[in-house]
Amino acid sequence: MPTPVLMPALSPTMTEGTLARWLKKPGDRVKPGEVIAEIETDKATMEVEAVDEGTIAEILVPEGTEGVKVNTPIALIVAEGESPPAAAAAPPPPRGAEAARPAAPAAPRVLRPIEPLEESWAGAKTVKLTVREALRDAMAEEMRRDPTVFLMGEEVGYYQGAYKVSQGLLDEFGPERVIDTPITEYGFTGLGVGAAMAGLRPIVEFMTWNFAMQAIDHIINSAAKTLYMSGGQMNCPIVFRGPNGAAARVAAQHSQEYSSWYAHCPGLKVVAPYSAADAKGLLKAAIRDPNPVVFLENEVLYGKSFEVPDVPDLLVPIGRAKILRRGRDLTITAFSIMVGKALEAAERLAAKGIEAEVVDLRTLRPLDVETVVESVKRTNRLLSVEEGWPVCGIGAELAALVMEHAFDWLDAPVVRVTGKDVPMPYAANLERLALPQVEDIAAAAEALVARRI
Amino acid sequence: MASGVRAARTAGTVAVEVIEPKPVVPPAEELFKLYREMLLIRRFEEKAGQLYGMGLIGGFCHLYIGQEAVAVGIQHALTEKDSVITGYRDHGHMLVCGMDPRRVMAELAGRVTGYSKGKGGSMHMFAKEVRFYGGHGIVGAQVALGTGIAFAHKYKKDGGICVTYFGDGAANQGQVYESFNMAALWKLPVLYVIENNRYAMGTSTERHASTRELYQRGLAFGIPGAQVDGMDVLAVREKAIEAVKYVREGNGPFVLEALTYRYRGHSMSDPGKYRTKEEVQEMRERHDPIDKLKALMIAEGIADEARFKEIDKEIRDICNEAARFAQDSPEPDPSELYTDVLVEA
Repeated sequence: MPTPVLMPALSPTMTEGTLARWLKKPGDRVKPGEVIAEIETDKATMEVEAVDEGTIAEILVPEGTEGVKVNTPIALIVAEGESPPAAAAAPPPPRGAEAARPAAPAAPRVLRPIEPLEESWAGAKTVKLTVREALRDAMAEEMRRDPTVFLMGEEVGYYQGAYKVSQGLLDEFGPERVIDTPITEYGFTGLGVGAAMAGLRPIVEFMTWNFAMQAIDHIINSAAKTLYMSGGQMNCPIVFRGPNGAAARVAAQHSQEYSSWYAHCPGLKVVAPYSAADAKGLLKAAIRDPNPVVFLENEVLYGKSFEVPDVPDLLVPIGRAKILRRGRDLTITAFSIMVGKALEAAERLAAKGIEAEVVDLRTLRPLDVETVVESVKRTNRLLSVEEGWPVCGIGAELAALVMEHAFDWLDAPVVRVTGKDVPMPYAANLERLALPQVEDIAAAAEALVARRI
Repeated sequence: MASGVRAARTAGTVAVEVIEPKPVVPPAEELFKLYREMLLIRRFEEKAGQLYGMGLIGGFCHLYIGQEAVAVGIQHALTEKDSVITGYRDHGHMLVCGMDPRRVMAELAGRVTGYSKGKGGSMHMFAKEVRFYGGHGIVGAQVALGTGIAFAHKYKKDGGICVTYFGDGAANQGQVYESFNMAALWKLPVLYVIENNRYAMGTSTERHASTRELYQRGLAFGIPGAQVDGMDVLAVREKAIEAVKYVREGNGPFVLEALTYRYRGHSMSDPGKYRTKEEVQEMRERHDPIDKLKALMIAEGIADEARFKEIDKEIRDICNEAARFAQDSPEPDPSELYTDVLVEA
């Protein structure tokens, strides 16, 4: 069988080109890799190489021909001992653009009926713990349980944690499992991701999420995408954690709130707890999760105390929001530190006769759309609160979701209370203005409830 | 260190001396293996280039033609405990790791029978069963990842090392030096192999690297290095055996720079304006690693032309079968669009 030499596509977008020059003529012997012709596209001149060994039997497209479509036979090569053919072989059937494209299946965003949020520890004895202690206990419990779990980051060991979250872990687990890193976020994050691919379960602490911008390539490109790119073969069980958002008076480079950045990306789970119990239960769940989990903490909350169920294995499911306060007049969604502010605002509203339902989102990816939608269907109004910037934020996503799933139940447009659309200022008065305050939430809620369609 | 690479440590500094004795010729059986593996890569890549030209492979496709001696020589120094990671010019590494050429080709063609079910393509293939960790598309990312795989070897105390390949272009990336620092600091079992093919895409080392002795790039971190002729599979194999021994003995990382050359463009749509045809021709004709090994085997009386013809036919059949398998395999079902985003617990 003579082998047809086809007009090649030499770039992802090439559909046709000019056959500029033949370097071989019929009867010439060619070896694989030998240049037999030159073709030109609008971008470049490129060489066509022989793929098989043999003799050029016939040139089908003379040099100088323009507009030669990709895959057109341009010559025939016969192998040793073969005779030239009587007629040109047919080109292979076209593929790609010409092929009929089946419609992509719809995104699997069908709302499930909500299963009751089961908290097996309900009624258990509680202990008072700060969020800081809860996070440390979560790590310690999981490190005792699974020897592949280790903690790495800046100052997690000898310094006992820049914010003391890892206090005592070095003493208990030693320097092989509590690893102080150099100040090189890109490098140690990549190292952690590689270790996770190779079967360990790293907890990578960022001193703050602001510094993780140096490492976001590994969080997204290496950790989040690899399972998909490997067809489900190579998972990456890793937790990235640290304080997120504004602390106090540390200005723009140390105050950014990253929820919507990470919540945007498939392949990640994103968690942002408020209470110490959720911090503990969600961190334990995150460490056991076979996927990369972005765990967003808050520096201001570290020292805040909560009652935490005193049970041996407190696991809070990732992906479930929690209604912290029931109310009939509007739904307020919040996460992380804004939950406290939303609850405070709800108290003030109650004094004015407005009953706000407060939903702690807890997980931002996958977002518990069902719980939010179900709440909005009862209250008919949604106020979204977040510390981060408004543009493309969590509130923007919630507004779209509620419109998609509960449009007919809405009695007023969704309202967002967010951080102001500016880099964080240093001056105390400006910083206060830039961040959502209890009175902002209360005022927005009052205006929302007052609105009638 | 054995002969070939000498690293002398004095008061925290490392001096590197490169000497080039003739490499030892291994037994005939291994020579055949080296030859077959290089030829498999060469023919496989030629076939991939052909399928690309036919529109059966899309997007980016970085061929390894010319660099075969590097991956093949290194692999002969490894054991079943060791792992490998590389960048986007990865087909050769996958084949010598023992991955099935049919499934590699199927992945190139975006078919469901490919290693990543058609979701990864040329740059993103993985095979846990042979400890091949990809296939990474971001220049230099595999260096930090490979350092992490080495960390896991040490943490698990499994005796394995991680070979982390990168190119002369990636050698300028910041994360490479962050990784060097941690690998040396924690004595991680990682062998960094710099495949210096002289061009970072179209920018020559003269134009992209302030210092071109890339094997010395680890010295500031106390990492010894050596340079080897990457167009000579026996030289690569020999240096790799020494370097692997050094790393496996717990001395920490080592940098092995292989001076090599790619005959084809950076990717498929490479106009080749940044180097002369004469330069490429010179490398192909006078320094080809496959021709060189073949000439040695003939000179040593190990095989004759007829035997090489047989091998060529066997390899060609494997590549044709890979192409047939790829073309006959279906594209992934549309339902695969939403699978493998997360591991469902």
